[in-house]
Amino acid sequence: MAREAGSFLGVAVLVKQVPDSAEIKMDPQTGTLLREGVPAVMNPDDRLGLETALLLKDGLDASVTALSMGPPQALDVLSEALAMGADRGVLLSDRNFAGADTWATSYTLGRALERLGQQESLDLVVCGRQASDGDTAQIGPQVAEHLGWPQVTYVERLAVEECELRAWRRLPGLVQEVLCPLPAVVTVLASPVAPRWPLLDRLLMACRSEAPLEVWDAADIAAPAASTGLKGSLTRVVRTFSPKSGRVTSWLEGSAGEQAQALINELRNHKLI
Amino acid sequence: MAIWVVADKCTGCGLCAKACPYGAMLVEDKLARLGPRCTQCGACLGACKFEALLSDLTQEPAPDLAGYQGVWVFCEVQQGALARVSLELLGRGAVLAEQLGQTLAAVLLGHQVENLVPELAAQGAGRVYLAQDPGLADYSTLAYTRVLAELVSSHKPSVLLVGATPLGRDLAPRLSRRLDLGLTADCTELAIDPQDGSLLQTRPAFGGNVMATIVTPRARPQMATVRPGVMPLGPRREGAACEVLRQVVALEPGDLLPRLLASQARGQKPADLTAARVIVAGGRGCGGPRGFELLARLAQALGGEVGGTRVAVEEGWLPAPRQIGQTGVSVRPELYIACGISGAIQHRAGCLGARYIVAINRDRRAPIFSVADYALAGDLFKVVPALLAALPGGA
Repeated sequence: MAREAGSFLGVAVLVKQVPDSAEIKMDPQTGTLLREGVPAVMNPDDRLGLETALLLKDGLDASVTALSMGPPQALDVLSEALAMGADRGVLLSDRNFAGADTWATSYTLGRALERLGQQESLDLVVCGRQASDGDTAQIGPQVAEHLGWPQVTYVERLAVEECELRAWRRLPGLVQEVLCPLPAVVTVLASPVAPRWPLLDRLLMACRSEAPLEVWDAADIAAPAASTGLKGSLTRVVRTFSPKSGRVTSWLEGSAGEQAQALINELRNHKLI
Repeated sequence: MAIWVVADKCTGCGLCAKACPYGAMLVEDKLARLGPRCTQCGACLGACKFEALLSDLTQEPAPDLAGYQGVWVFCEVQQGALARVSLELLGRGAVLAEQLGQTLAAVLLGHQVENLVPELAAQGAGRVYLAQDPGLADYSTLAYTRVLAELVSSHKPSVLLVGATPLGRDLAPRLSRRLDLGLTADCTELAIDPQDGSLLQTRPAFGGNVMATIVTPRARPQMATVRPGVMPLGPRREGAACEVLRQVVALEPGDLLPRLLASQARGQKPADLTAARVIVAGGRGCGGPRGFELLARLAQALGGEVGGTRVAVEEGWLPAPRQIGQTGVSVRPELYIACGISGAIQHRAGCLGARYIVAINRDRRAPIFSVADYALAGDLFKVVPALLAALPGGA
């Protein structure tokens, strides 16, 4: 349904809880990641998306709902979203959602957005460009297709004008200005200002039992088990392995000067210099 | 698919209601009944002691995939020329098609782009699906999705490869959702399973912890995106012939979304690391901008470019277009010198295509050494100046 100019703007922001990539340590013996004790944080691109949505709310009659999918502890990122200024947080959490690929994830998020749209008007969905733990950048476009709405990706700034969206896309070496009718889905890779800090009083509010936080399961969004999680996924991991390079490593020993000279000799042998 | 209650056997004991995670099983008048909250998860089935619950949940019909033939490469046009990644995918696609005994086809969308067909043939395409329309002159998500979806639905390819450029990353997921296809992003290897002919799609997974090989068992075409610079170009076959199939395009105004208003060059054209012959890259061990100044001098002496890890970009030591790795660019230089880089898979995935890898790191156990041809355990602030001193034009 087309939005009327000047009316209330319903915005949903997709946020994901990811391991803090700055805190990830490697096991020096095996070269694998040490996952234990790595703090979980809001995906950096999603924080930019949330700031973009909150900026719209600063200038318009709008509400911002943060929506996440994950285990119960993912409520933390929704509390943080509330503390930054979101009006409401919804967590999609269900054992059936586990192991989802992007098809099943976008289906689940899409069902939840449809439910949000039934509860209050929904005109705009803001996503981060990609999650730092998967880097697929698929969820935004897939959710847009699920909803049947147009999409604008790689957005660094946007403005809502009447019933349209004006957005600036940041692409390699250029900026595109595009116009798109609402409702629409955008994925952002920057925000006009640095994401705001959570406010302490709002954070305390978000931790109270009456905080506007909800957890929805598969039945709440009428998502059949066959379409969600591992069962609903169209891709399957058949093998995982540590990559072997097949290279034979030559150690160049000695003082820095000797190492440098040995390397230069090798590079000369291979006609690289 | 469904779950149903056999009324004759149900005793109304309520075990199934207890087992249901959604409160969807209702027991009224000593009879169980499935309420509207049922998600068909099957949790109730094992709970019933009286064989009163039946389902056909396990009888998932095996889709018939035999009719899907051909390896397709979506070919992107950038300023009137074919994107390099599309040519790289044709090179890889030709190998896959040969293994399958199928045709390699290029899909070309645009306006007045027919002049590019001979180049597609030279790069190995045996067939070109050509869709031309003024509405396809500039990329718009919905128009391109519509045309590509129509082509896929009517010709049923087995494999569809798309370059992971900003355009490809906008288009491929949209298409995959429209046609209910799986999609594997940013593959670093593509191969054909000799057993069943399925496409083996390999990419770093689980936050870059390991490599994962992924298949798409019950949807066709099997869709994957590949980053620019990951696959080598194939041999050119000058003057090769190909069959051209023209697609009739009928766009509606609602397809031309989002609408492009203006396009403006900004900043310096990002350095093209994918074409660099020599790359000197730095990571956390560089410690700051001072370390990168040193690397820049080495790169200059070797006639190369400077790159780095995600950490270096996040710390602000290096502009984002120079990030090498799964999130940044993938590179295939002749010489790659990794300085102060521990070598997370995330990063290694972006530089393994290099012909020679040199690693300089203080920690002998750093994983980067396992992929290096030449390993220099030492302080880069001593080794790099020594290299500069010994190189002609490096002092």
